[in-house]
Amino acid sequence: MSKKPNPFLFIGILTITSSLLLSLAATQLKSYQDYNVDVDKKKNVLKCIGLDVSVLSSENIINEYNSRISEIITDKDGNNIESVSFSDLTLKENKMTGESMFIFESKKYLPIFKSSSPEATIIPISGKGLWSTLFGYFALDNDFNTVKGITFYQHSETPGLGGEVDKDWFQNNFVGKKIKDDEGNLVSIKVVKGKSGDNIHGVDGITGATITSRGLTDFLLRDLKRYIPFFNKQMDRIN
Amino acid sequence: MSIRKNIVFSDPIISNNPITRQVLGICSALAVTVKVDSAIVMAFALTFVLVGSNAIISMLRKKIPSNVRIIVQLTIIATLVIMTDQLLKAFLFDISKQLSVFVGLIITNCIVMGRAEAFAMQNSPKDSLLDGLGNGIGYGAVLIIVAVIREFLGSGSILNVTLLPASMYVENGGWYVNNGLMLLAPGAFIVLGLLIWVQRTVTNYTEE
Repeated sequence: MSKKPNPFLFIGILTITSSLLLSLAATQLKSYQDYNVDVDKKKNVLKCIGLDVSVLSSENIINEYNSRISEIITDKDGNNIESVSFSDLTLKENKMTGESMFIFESKKYLPIFKSSSPEATIIPISGKGLWSTLFGYFALDNDFNTVKGITFYQHSETPGLGGEVDKDWFQNNFVGKKIKDDEGNLVSIKVVKGKSGDNIHGVDGITGATITSRGLTDFLLRDLKRYIPFFNKQMDRIN
Repeated sequence: MSIRKNIVFSDPIISNNPITRQVLGICSALAVTVKVDSAIVMAFALTFVLVGSNAIISMLRKKIPSNVRIIVQLTIIATLVIMTDQLLKAFLFDISKQLSVFVGLIITNCIVMGRAEAFAMQNSPKDSLLDGLGNGIGYGAVLIIVAVIREFLGSGSILNVTLLPASMYVENGGWYVNNGLMLLAPGAFIVLGLLIWVQRTVTNYTEE
């Protein structure tokens, strides 16, 4: 029988070899992965306004996105900021709340996606579920009240339970619901237990995903609040 | 191929199948078999990891200090799994999103660890490679059979191609409704149970 090497030496060499291999793979594949993530985000913006994106190739998604969507940057009072573009912003996550902060030169901005056909306003949403932060988009009709769609492009909730948030049956629930009451006050959309029925501010809950649902209800309200100044400015302009 | 090599390769595909005979790797078999395309990718991913880990571990088997062998096996398997995950993210992004955590969970798949410890530690790299390939195909075959049944009954399609005419469905005035149970994990349990029954009847195997 051949003599076995010292365990510490063996493990040491093994660890260094595998970490070298993995870091090589990670750096070599990074540009492909980043491209995929970018396409996936744009795909979700398009899906949010009701487009069937499952048939589109990556190039088509980029083309459709560029022709339909314009990116607007505003400050927290809802004023357009022309000097900053969307690609300047870096996304930082508030680790406590899961809130997305879009930062450029240490100032916070709020990006908005305007779609020209069909006409819609899309905002990014994010927040804590059970295990992870969910990232997605939320689209409103021109009245800034009727929901056009919701999508999630990143989360690590339990598949089959909280993970159902990225399924069509759940997302289709939101379409046509209202975020404001009759007086025009923001009430957002609540994920209710069981069936929501005729409730125009509620959607059917997911069985076995109470905490994800509660998280979604909370961060949707919080993120909508951030955009209310912008919505009001736009409404004033229309009226 | 010699007779022994033949057995090493073909045994795990049917008579000693890792899922239906040894009942290993059930977790992923339940989770990724809703759609055929994700089952195929999962089958390839696991086969790749299994062949790679079996071959590497077998090559190193005379050098691996026996008191840390499980750690060594795990490190090699984990490296291969992370590599697979990175490759999927770069080239098959949509499917990698569907498979989500399950590619990462190949690390804990009993088949991979089981073959490393039970076979690769004692046999030559060539045999281990064949054993890995055989087990991978055996696992993949069961996965794809289950996925075909579940996707057809649960969504009326195979590989996302709709097979049932739309007029058959209740919402268009027909009589048919997709079986929602097949989309959930219990549906996979039932299909898998039936499959194990069939396989054991055919191979005449009884548990002692």
